[in-house]
Amino acid sequence: MTQAKLTHRDVSDFDRWTSSDFLPGAVVIDPGNSVLYATGGWRSDRPVWSEDACTNCMLCWVHCPDSSILVEDQAMTGIDYEHCKGCGICAAECRFDALEMILEPDPLSEREKASVQDIASGKGGK
Amino acid sequence: MAEITVLAATGNAMVAEAFRQAAPDVLAAYPITPQTAIVENFAKYVADGRVHTEFVAVESEHSAMSACIGASAAGARVATATSSQGLALMYEELHIASGMRLPIVMANANRALSAPINIHGDHSDVMGARDTGWIILFAETAQEAYDNSVIAFRIAEHPQVQLPVMTTLDGFITTHAMERSELLDDTTVAAYVGAYTPEHPLLNGQTKAAHGMFASLGGTYFEIKKAERAAIDASMPHIKAAGEAWAAICGREFAPVDAWECEDADYILVVLGSAAGNARVVARELRAQGIKAGVARIRVYRPFPFEELAQVLAGARAVGILDRSDSFGAQYGPVGLDVRSALYGAGLLIPTRDYIYGLGGADVTLDVLRQAYGELQALAAGELDQSLSYLGTR
Amino acid sequence: MSGLIEIRWHARAGQGAVTASKLLAETALRNGSYIQAMPEYGPERTGAPLRAYSRISDAPIELHNNIVNPGIVVVLDETLLSIVNVLEGLDESGLLLLNTTRDVDTIRTELEVPPDIRIAIVDASGIALDTIGRDIPNTPTVGALAHVTRVVTVDALKEDLRMSFGKKFSPAVIDANLASVDRAAQEVVCQ
Repeated sequence: MTQAKLTHRDVSDFDRWTSSDFLPGAVVIDPGNSVLYATGGWRSDRPVWSEDACTNCMLCWVHCPDSSILVEDQAMTGIDYEHCKGCGICAAECRFDALEMILEPDPLSEREKASVQDIASGKGGK
Repeated sequence: MAEITVLAATGNAMVAEAFRQAAPDVLAAYPITPQTAIVENFAKYVADGRVHTEFVAVESEHSAMSACIGASAAGARVATATSSQGLALMYEELHIASGMRLPIVMANANRALSAPINIHGDHSDVMGARDTGWIILFAETAQEAYDNSVIAFRIAEHPQVQLPVMTTLDGFITTHAMERSELLDDTTVAAYVGAYTPEHPLLNGQTKAAHGMFASLGGTYFEIKKAERAAIDASMPHIKAAGEAWAAICGREFAPVDAWECEDADYILVVLGSAAGNARVVARELRAQGIKAGVARIRVYRPFPFEELAQVLAGARAVGILDRSDSFGAQYGPVGLDVRSALYGAGLLIPTRDYIYGLGGADVTLDVLRQAYGELQALAAGELDQSLSYLGTR
Repeated sequence: MSGLIEIRWHARAGQGAVTASKLLAETALRNGSYIQAMPEYGPERTGAPLRAYSRISDAPIELHNNIVNPGIVVVLDETLLSIVNVLEGLDESGLLLLNTTRDVDTIRTELEVPPDIRIAIVDASGIALDTIGRDIPNTPTVGALAHVTRVVTVDALKEDLRMSFGKKFSPAVIDANLASVDRAAQEVVCQ
C-alpha cells in the first residue's frame, strides 16, 4: 500500500489499481468521491434548461437524485451533464416548462459545452 | 504476574470467560445447542455488570452475524458464538465479514448438520465454513478453548491481519464436559488482548470512511479478493506470535501443529480437536509395544499450516487422516485433501488413508484408533490401498 | 488414590446425576486431582434414563470419550435395573453402588453380579426424603461413594458442598444436604 494512495483524493483510476493498492476490505476513506465518477455517459435522454422560463423555484433541485442541478446564489445556473443520468424527473417536476427532455445524440449547445468543461476543470460539481 | 484460578469448568463456560475478559463492545448472538451456555453465561455477565458489552439478542444467526458485521465496521470489538445449523445460516455473512476484513471473533461449538437431525459433535459445520476467509482454530480441551478464544482477539485485530477468527470446540465433548481448567486474571487478559483501535472505523466521530464497497464486473473484485488471500496467507506469523505471547504468560505451549512423538514416528495420525488425546493414548500404548506411532494435531486449520505439517510428517511411512466430516464425492474428507496437498507440495509421496470418524457424536473409542494404526502398518507394507473409509461404523 | 478412576452414573433425568458427577469432580479438583465430568446427552425429558461419566486422575486426562470399562458404577434409581444393563463393561474387581432399600445378597443374586465385584447399597432416596425433604438422591449417594471408595473424603465433599451450594441455597438447605451426606456415609453397606 503506497502512502500516496491513502491520501490521494482521486480514486477515479481505481479500476487500474492492483490488489495492494486497496485498503483492507476495500474501505474508502475519501467520502464524496462519487463526484469524480462520471455517470453522464449513462444518459439516453438529456434535460435542456430554458433560463428564460425558469423561476428558480428549485423543485428540480429538490427532486434530482444525482445532484445535477447546478445552483449559485439561490439561482439555477445549469445542469451538470457530467453526472446527470437523464432520468427526466426534473422535467416531469418542472411547473414552468423550463426543462425539456431531448434525445441525447443532439449536439451540445455552446453553453452546455461550457458547463461540462466547468465540471471537468473543478469549477462545477458538488 | 498472572494470577491463576483453577476450576472445574466446561468448554462453554471457559469461552464465556474469555469473551468476558476480552470485553467486546458488542456481542450479538442467537442460542443453539450445544453453544447455548456461552451466550447464556455471557448474557449473565452483562446483566450482572461484570462486562460492559452491548448484548444484542437477535432473532436468527443470519441476523447475529449481520449485527456483528455492522458493529465491527462501526469500529467495535465484536464477538459471537454459534453452532451447526446456525453457522450454516450465517454462510453468506461469513464471506461478508472476511471480505470487509472485519476482526470479528466467533466461537463455534462444532456439531453435525442435518439431515438426519443430530445435535452432537462433529466437524461438518465448521468444514462448510473453511473456505469463507476466516481464520479457524480448533481446541482439544476446555482449557484450549479458553486459550484460543483469548488469542483470537489479538490475531483478528492485529493491524496486519484484520480478519475474522473462528475459535472452535467440539460439541458436547468439549462444550459440555467439565475439566480441570485454569483461568487467568482479568487484568492479565485485558493487557494481553489490548485495546482495539481500528484505523478506519465508520463511527469514531473523526475519520470518514465507507465500508461494504461494490466492485463490479472486471478486475476490481478480483484484485480485492487477491488482497484477502494475501492477508490470510500472511497471517500465520502473526498467529504464531499471538500464540507464543500467550504461551509466555500462561505456560501452555502454542504451535499451529501440535506434534506428539512424530520425529521418529513410522505411523502418524493427523487429527483436529478433542479426539487427539485418545489418539495419543493409543500411540503411547503402541510405542510400549515397539511400534513407532505419532499424533499430529492441527490447532490452526485456516490458514492451513502446510509447511509445518509436511515437516512433521516427512519421516513417516504411512499417514492416516482423521476427518470428522466428509466432503461427499471428493477423494478424501476435507482434512485429508488438505494434508495430501501439503505432502504433495513438499514432494512427499507418503501413502495415506483417510478415516471419516465420529460423525454425529459417535464415540471415538480406543479400539477404532487401534484399528486405524493397524491399517497404517498394512498400508506401509503395501497390503492396503489409500482409500477412504468410515471408521467405527457397524 | 492413584491412576485413573472412571465412574459411570445411571439415573433418570431430573434425579441430579449430572450434578452428582460434577460435585464429585469439583471436590476431587479441589484436592489436586485432574477431573472430567460429562453427561451423555440425548433428547432431554424428565424421567428418561441417562448416563453420566466422571474421570478422576492424578495426571492430566487426555481421553475424551465415553467410559466403557468403568471401575465404579453408580445407580441412582433402581427401577433402571430392569431396563439398563448397569454391569456392562464394569471392571471385574469394580464397585457397584446402588440407591436401594434391598440388601446386598438380593442385588447380587438378582443381577448375577460376579463375586469379585463389590456391591454397596444405600437408601439414598429415604435419606434425601428425611433430610432434604425431597427425593433427590444425588447428594447422599455421593456421600456414600466417598465413604466407600475414598475417591474423595467425606469431609472434602462436605467442604465443597458448602462452597458450591453456598452461593445458591439457604443455610437450611445446605445443612440438610450436609446431613444427608453424613447419614449416607454412616448407613452405606458394602460387601
